Amino acid sequence: MFKWLDPYAKPQVLFATLLWWQRGLMPLAILVLLIGTVWGLGFTPADYQQGDSYRIIHVHVPSAIWSMGVYAWMAIAAFIALVWQVKTAQWAIGAMAPIGAVYTLIALFTGAAWGKPMWGTWWVWDARLTSELILLFLFLGVMALQNAFADRQTGDKASAVLAVVGVVNLPIIHFSVEWWNTLHQGATITKFAKPSMDPSMLWPLLICIVGFALLFGALTCLRLRTAILQHEAHRPWVRQYIQEQRDGTV
Amino acid sequence: MAQFNFASFSDFIAMGGYGFFVWLSFGGSLLALLVLAIYSKRQQQNFIAEQVNRAAREQRVRQQQSREQV
Repeated sequence: MFKWLDPYAKPQVLFATLLWWQRGLMPLAILVLLIGTVWGLGFTPADYQQGDSYRIIHVHVPSAIWSMGVYAWMAIAAFIALVWQVKTAQWAIGAMAPIGAVYTLIALFTGAAWGKPMWGTWWVWDARLTSELILLFLFLGVMALQNAFADRQTGDKASAVLAVVGVVNLPIIHFSVEWWNTLHQGATITKFAKPSMDPSMLWPLLICIVGFALLFGALTCLRLRTAILQHEAHRPWVRQYIQEQRDGTV
Repeated sequence: MAQFNFASFSDFIAMGGYGFFVWLSFGGSLLALLVLAIYSKRQQQNFIAEQVNRAAREQRVRQQQSREQV
C-alpha cells in the first residue's frame, strides 16, 4: 500500500523533494502569518471583556496547538524510526525537536504575558501550564539525549524511545482544562461544536494557525536537509552536490 | 472588508492600555522564530562551506602528491 512512499525514504531523493517544498512553503508561511497578525492586531474589534489584550491569542493559540502538533509528528517519525528502521525518519526527530521547543516556549511566554494583565500573575502551577512546561522539557530531553552517548546510534534510539513515550503528555495537555479545575480557560475552537467566538475574530486566528503549520513545514524541510547532508557527507551524491555549490559560489 | 479598529497610530501602539503585554508577546515570538530560522539556515550554510573547504584541501593534497611522484 505504501510502496509509492519508498523512494522518498532514500536520502538523495528526499533531499531534492524537501528543497522543492521548502521553496514553496517558506514564502507562503511568511505571507500567511503576515496577513493573520496584521488582521488580528489592527482589523478586528476589541474583546468586550479583555479589551485589546485578547490580541495575544493570535500567537498564543497557534503556537500552543502546534507545540503539540509538532510533538505528534515527531513521535510518528520516532515510531517509524524504531519499528521500520528508516534512517531519514530518525533524522527528522532531530530536525523537528528544536522547532517544537521554540513553539512551546512561545506558547508559555505569550501565555505569561497574557496571564499578567488578565489573571494578575505571570505564572501559576495550574494543570494546563504545568503539562505544557513538561512538553518543553520533553523536547529538550529528546534534543539532549541524541548527543548524550558516545555511540550516536544509542543516542538516536534513546531519543526516539523518549519521543514515543512522551506522547502520553499530549492528551494530558489537551484534557487538562476539563479534568482539573484550572485557571486556564477551556477550548474555544473544537471540531465538534460551533466555535464560541465571533467569525470576525475567528478568521484571523484560523489564518495564524495555518501560518504556524506552514512555518513548521518549511523549517522542517530546511533542518532535515541539513541533517541529510551531515549524515551523508561521505556519499558520492553529497560530494557532487558540494562540488556544485563550490562552482556556484566561485 | 474589516475596518481599522484604531483611531490613530498611537492608539494602535497603546492597545487600549495593554500595549506592553501585546507587543511583548508579538515581539518575543517574532524574535524566537527569527533566531530559530536564521540559526537553522546558518547551520546549513556553515556545513556546506566546511565541506567546500575540505574538498578544496583534498584536491590540493592530491595535486601535490601527483607532482611529487613525477
